[in-house]
Parts: sequence; C-alpha cells; structure tokens
Amino acid sequence: MEITTQYIQDRLLEKFGKEISFLLDPYEMLNFETPKDKNLKVLQFLFDDEILRFRFLIDICAVHYPDQKGRELAVVYHLHNLQDNVRIRYKIFTPIENPDIFSATGLYQSANWMERETYDFFGINFVGHPNLKRIQNVDEMDYFPMRKEYPMEDQTRIDKDDEMFGRGSSVL
Amino acid sequence: MARPVRFNVNPQNPKISDAIGFTDLPEGLEGEGFYATKFEKIVGLARKNSIWPLPFATSCCGIEFMATMGSHYDLARFGSERLGFTPRQCDLLMVMGTIAKKMAPIVKQVYLQMAEPRWVLAMGACASSGGIFDSYSVLQGIDQIIPVDVYIPGCPPRPEAVLDGVIRIQDLVHNESLRRRNSPHYKALLNSYDIQ
Repeated sequence: MEITTQYIQDRLLEKFGKEISFLLDPYEMLNFETPKDKNLKVLQFLFDDEILRFRFLIDICAVHYPDQKGRELAVVYHLHNLQDNVRIRYKIFTPIENPDIFSATGLYQSANWMERETYDFFGINFVGHPNLKRIQNVDEMDYFPMRKEYPMEDQTRIDKDDEMFGRGSSVL
Repeated sequence: MARPVRFNVNPQNPKISDAIGFTDLPEGLEGEGFYATKFEKIVGLARKNSIWPLPFATSCCGIEFMATMGSHYDLARFGSERLGFTPRQCDLLMVMGTIAKKMAPIVKQVYLQMAEPRWVLAMGACASSGGIFDSYSVLQGIDQIIPVDVYIPGCPPRPEAVLDGVIRIQDLVHNESLRRRNSPHYKALLNSYDIQ
C-alpha cells in the first residue's frame, strides 16, 4: 500500500491526538511538531509501526530562532522509510534556558554522532546520550558557535579591517 | 594545414656551463694557494642551497605547490630537490592551506619536532591570516602558534610566488648569523610562543 502524507497524518492523530501539530509541508514532505518530552514516544511509534516503518534516521539538526520566546531552539529529525521511500520531518522546540531533550541513541545508533554534533554547535543537552561531548570543534571551545547571539567571525584577531570585509561602519 | 611544430634544424651540443649555476664566493681574503673567509658564510652558503622542505599541505595551496615541484617550475633548481616527510630531518616547514583550530596543535607539534635551525614559510592567505575563513573554526594565521619567517600572499599564490618565497627563505638562511639561535632575542621570540 502506498503511504501518503494524509495516511501518516491520520495515524499520528489517531495515536497522539492533540499533542501533534502539523506545520507547513514544503515540497509535500510531512512536517510535524510535538511537545519535546514526547519525542521518544513518537520516534518509537514511527519505528515500530508495521506499515510506517521509519527505521532510518537521516539527520538530526537544530535551528536557533532567537525571536520565538520559549521556543528558541528547534531540533529536527529527518526520518526515512527505506522500503517505501517516504521521508518525513519531525520538529521539537525547546526554550534556550533549558535545552534538555531525550536522546534517541537507544533507538537509532546513528543518532550518537548526530546528537554530539547538535550539542557541539547548538548546545542541546541530550539526556541519556552515552558520550555527549564536542565532536567537530576544539574541545576548549566555551560557547556554541551556531547560536545566533555569537558572531560567526573569529574574535581573536584585531588586524583585520572590517571595511575590507564589507561590514564596516560605512556599509549600510 | 601545416602543424605548428618546429624542428631544430641546426642543433647545437649543449654546453655544460649553461646548465650548471655557480654561486659567487663569499667575500674573503684570497691569495695564491689560499682563500680565507668566515665560517658563518660557508655554512650559510651550504645550508642555503640544500634546504629540505617539509610540505604541510592542507588545501588548494598544496596543489600549487605540487606544480612548483613539477618539471615546469621545478623547485629542485634551487637546491630543494629533496622533500622530507619527517619533520626531524627537515629545515623548512612549508605550511600551505587553511589551518583549522583543531589542526593547530598538530602544526605546532610538527614544528617542535624539527631540529634547529628551522625556518617556517606560510603560503597563501589562509596560512598567513586565515584568509576568507574569518570564522570560529579557523586559525587566523599560523603566526598565532609558531614563528613565521616568510609569508607568501595569494589565494592561492602562483608557483612563481612560491619560488620567490623560497628564494627569500634562502636569503634569510644565507645571511643568518650562526649565533642567532642562541641569542636572547631568539629565545624571547620562542618564549612568546610558549616554546622552550
């Protein structure tokens, strides 16, 4: 049977009811959200279900929305059903003061490094991760560089002229 | 249509003196049967023309360096025929390409493993200043971790520029005092990089 977006929506609504909210579906790829404490239940359901079979975790990443109060950080799971070639996207939002999220490492082995990367760049604290430490940046780094309160540019250098880099005072 | 090939119809036997370069004698006292000069100058002359470079190539500047070592530009003409891939045997560390902050301790370790006297050449914008990668992850110039003798500008520099940089290193080697590495000035320089 063909798995349509409508079918996945119906199954999720049937199982989780009001906790699921559906976001825009760009390019007809299902995109939904739940409260953050439900993430493992949702992922487990999508993994175990005999028809949905979302058993491949493509990617975990995070987004920082500094303007959304109480929902500053989004964690995005990209899931793939390899048998039927269906992809969905699942988002959870967390306040930046308390970025604790349950780790999906028990369900997907591949989540291990992805969650370390997400921790490295956004400071998401994955509760239950076996080895949550920086994976790409230097160990001594004391901030999370992809959060928008930190500038992209290296702050240690004083001899670079901002005018030359298009961000001087004369640039509007 | 005639092919644009020219044949040398009047070949000449090459003269060996055209193919071999001679350096000038350093200044000294010369007379019949003897020649006296400073030890320093002879050592400088010998070192200058037998530099062993250690290529530390991380990105596109390394490709330009490969061209420099190839037959077309041929760094070997300047006495640097032999690239060493062990820091313990080499005299010149050539850092070519972007050095990420995570790579910085490795560059420093390679530098520490080299024996004195040692020279460092930073090739290209990234090794010299971080280049376009003004970013949280990239070291903003290798002179933050090790002392650099010559910087080659360019992104990437052409092989001619690399040759020019190596020749400038040769000038430094040639004119360096034998006592420089023991001087308080040099020790202070190394101390400023936390190198004992």
